[in-house]
Amino acid sequence: MISLFGDISLFLALCFASLQSFPTLIGYWRNNRYLQAFARPSAWGQFICVLSAYCLLTAAFATNDFSIAYVANNSHPSLPLMYRLTAVWGAHEGSILLWVLVLNVWTIVAAKTRDSLTLAIFGLISLCFLCFLIFTSDPFLAATTLQTGRDLNPLLQDPGFVIHPPMLYIGYVGFAAAFAITLAALIRGELDRTWATLTKRFAIAAWCFLTLGITLGSWWAYRILGWGGFWFWDPVENASLLPWIAGTALIHVLILAEKRNLATGWAALLALICFALSLLGTFLVRSGVLVSAHTFAADPARGVFLLLLLAILVTASLIIYVMRLPTLSQAKKNIAWASRDMALLINSALLFIAMLTILLGTLYPLLLDALHLGVISVGPPYFNLVMAPLVLFLMVWMGFGPLFQFDQPAVKTLLPLVLKNILLSVCIAIAVLWSTTNQLDWLAVLSLTLSCWIILSVMKSLRFFPSMSLAHIGFAMVIIGIMLSSVLSQEQEARVHPGSITTVGPYQFLFVDTVSANGPNYRGIRAIFDVTKNHRPITQLYPEKRIYTVRDMVMTKVDIHPSIFRDLYIALGEPLNQNDWSVRIYYKPFIRWIWFGGLIMMLGGMFALFNRKVKHA
Amino acid sequence: MNKIHHRRLYLIGIFLLGLALSASLIFYALRQNMNVFLTPSQLTANIKADYHLRLGGMVKNGSIVRDTQGLGVSFILTDFKQDVPVRYVGVLPDLFREGKGAIVEGSINSQRIFIASQVLAKHDENYMPKNVYDALRKNAK
Repeated sequence: MISLFGDISLFLALCFASLQSFPTLIGYWRNNRYLQAFARPSAWGQFICVLSAYCLLTAAFATNDFSIAYVANNSHPSLPLMYRLTAVWGAHEGSILLWVLVLNVWTIVAAKTRDSLTLAIFGLISLCFLCFLIFTSDPFLAATTLQTGRDLNPLLQDPGFVIHPPMLYIGYVGFAAAFAITLAALIRGELDRTWATLTKRFAIAAWCFLTLGITLGSWWAYRILGWGGFWFWDPVENASLLPWIAGTALIHVLILAEKRNLATGWAALLALICFALSLLGTFLVRSGVLVSAHTFAADPARGVFLLLLLAILVTASLIIYVMRLPTLSQAKKNIAWASRDMALLINSALLFIAMLTILLGTLYPLLLDALHLGVISVGPPYFNLVMAPLVLFLMVWMGFGPLFQFDQPAVKTLLPLVLKNILLSVCIAIAVLWSTTNQLDWLAVLSLTLSCWIILSVMKSLRFFPSMSLAHIGFAMVIIGIMLSSVLSQEQEARVHPGSITTVGPYQFLFVDTVSANGPNYRGIRAIFDVTKNHRPITQLYPEKRIYTVRDMVMTKVDIHPSIFRDLYIALGEPLNQNDWSVRIYYKPFIRWIWFGGLIMMLGGMFALFNRKVKHA
Repeated sequence: MNKIHHRRLYLIGIFLLGLALSASLIFYALRQNMNVFLTPSQLTANIKADYHLRLGGMVKNGSIVRDTQGLGVSFILTDFKQDVPVRYVGVLPDLFREGKGAIVEGSINSQRIFIASQVLAKHDENYMPKNVYDALRKNAK
C-alpha cells in the first residue's frame, strides 16, 4: 500500500516538474504570460507530492514495513525509533529522495522571487533527478524475498549522523538556487545589482548550511571512526568541501558585484561552477565510482545517468554564459592594488586555485583507473602539502582585506596599524606555543601568527560588520584548532590489563575493569578507565566495543572527555589473551576549536542573512 | 589599450602565474605522495626494499598470529595466486578479519616480509579492493 502511494506520488511529482519547466520555458520564449504562470502552482504541486512520498517512506520505516526492499535493507525492528526515522536517508535510494525533497524546499523559497524562469530551471533539474529516482533508484520497490531486516549500518547509528546529511544536502543543493537565479538572469540579460544582492543572499544561506554540515561531519567522524582524526581527505569529504570553497569565493565576489558593480562575469561563472561542483559531488558519492570508505551505491547505470546529467547541465549553462558574456555591463574602474576590491579578487583567485587542487587530487586516481594507467591512491600527504601554502597565503590576504578600504588605498596611514598587528600576532603566537610546548615549530608559529593577524584585523569591525568579523574569526579558530591539535597532540597505543596505568601527556589512565553493556540491537563490552592528573582525579571514561547482531558488525564506541582546551579520547582495540586489551589513548589539545570555529563561521553567515541594511561603501 | 585593460591583463597574468605555481607544486607533491597500489602477485622481485606502497588482498584464513606481549601481529595477505607475509605493530581496525579484504601501507623488507605502517579495512564488511576482486574472478575461472 505504502509503496503504491509512494510510486504514485513520485510520478505525480514528475508530471508537476514537467509542467513547471516546459510550459514556462515556451511561455518565456513566446512572451506568453499565461504559460509562464504555470511555474508557481506546479512548483507547489511538485513539493507536496515529493513531501508526501518522503513522509510515506518515513512511515514505512516507522512501522517496519519490510515489504519494501529499501526498508528491509536498512532497518530492523530492534533499531531505536530515532534511527529508524533517519535510516530513510541511510542508503542510496532514500538519500536521492532527500536530495529531491531539499531541491523542492529551495524551489519554494526561491518562488518568493516571483521569477518564472528561475522556477523553470529548478523544474528541469528536478525533472532529471526525479527520472533518476523513479527509473534507477526507486525507494518503493517491493522486496522480492521475505526479510527480517538488515539493520542500519552501525556507524550511522549516532546522533551526529541524524542531522549531518540533511544539513549537508540543504547546503549543497542550495547552491542550485544561486545557479538557477544566475542562469535566469543570464538568459534575460539582466546581470545587475539586484541580481547580485539576491544571489548573494541565497548563496550565503546555502553556505551556512554547508558549513554546518561539514562541521557536523567532521565531528561525527572524530567520534565514530575511532582514530582521533577529524578530516581524512576522503573523496566523499572532498565532494562536500569543493562546493564550500567555491561558495566562499562566490560570496566574496558577489560582494564586489553588488557594492562596486565589478567582476559580475566572474561572479556569474562562480555561481554556475558552484552548483556544477555540487552535482559532481553527488555523482562521485552516488555512482560507486570511488573506492573509499563511504561508497553506498554500486550500480553503473546510476553512474552513467548522473555523469550525463552533469555533462549536459554544465555544457548548457556554459554555452549560455559565453553567449551572454558580451552583454554584461560593468563599472569601468581601475582597481587599486591596496584596496579591498583587490583583496576580494585575490581571495577568490586563491580559493579557486585551492578548489582546483583538491579537485585534481580527488579525480586523478579515478582518471588513471578509467584509462587503465594504473591504480594509485592520493591521500592526506598530498592534500596537506598542497593546501598548506595556499591557505597560509590566503590568510595573509584575509588579514589585509578588512583593513583596506574599498576606494582610496591609504597605504601610508595604514602602515603603523599593520605593523602593530603583525608584531602583536607574532608575540602572541610565540608566547602561546612556548608556554604550552617549549618548542617552536616554524609552521605552528607561522599559522598561529596568521590566525592572530586575522582576528586582530577584524577587531575594530566587529561592531559594525559582525558577519564578516565573525566568519573570519571562525576561520582563524578553525586553523588554530587544526594547527595546535596536530602539533601538540599525543597518542599512545598500548596493551593494557586491569590495573595497568598508561601515561599520555600530563594524564594517567588507569584501566579498571570491563563490564558487559548490551543495547537494543547490539551486545557490548564496556571498559572502565580512571583518569587522573598528578594524582588529582579528573574523570572516568567508558569506551565500548559493540557487536551489532543483525549485520554481525563490530563497532568501537569511543569515549571522550571534552573541554575547551583539550580532549581526552580512548578507543578500545580488541581483546588479546585472557584479560588484555589493546587501546588507543589520545590527548588532543584545542581540537574543539575546530568545530567551534565552524559554528562561529556559520553564525557570521547567519548575521549576514538577517542584516537588512545593505552598506554601500 | 588603456590602463584598465593593462590592469586586467596584469590580474589575469598573475592569476595564471599563481595557477602555474600551484600546478608545479601539485605535481611535485603528487610524485612524492602517490601511493602505488598492488596486489600480492604484482609484488614481484623488482620491488625494492623500502619502496613505500599499498598492498591489497584478502587476509588468509588461519594466518593471524598475535605476539604474547605488546601489540605486534603477523598475518598473510593473499590474492589466491601469491601470498605475502605482513607484520604490523599497533591496534588493528575493527573490520579486520580473516577471510576479508584489507589494505596495508608500508614497504617490503630484505626478508621479503611486508612491514606495514598502516592497516586499512574499509567500513563495509563486504569490501574487497578492486584489483584483488578482478584477480580473484580471473582465478575462479
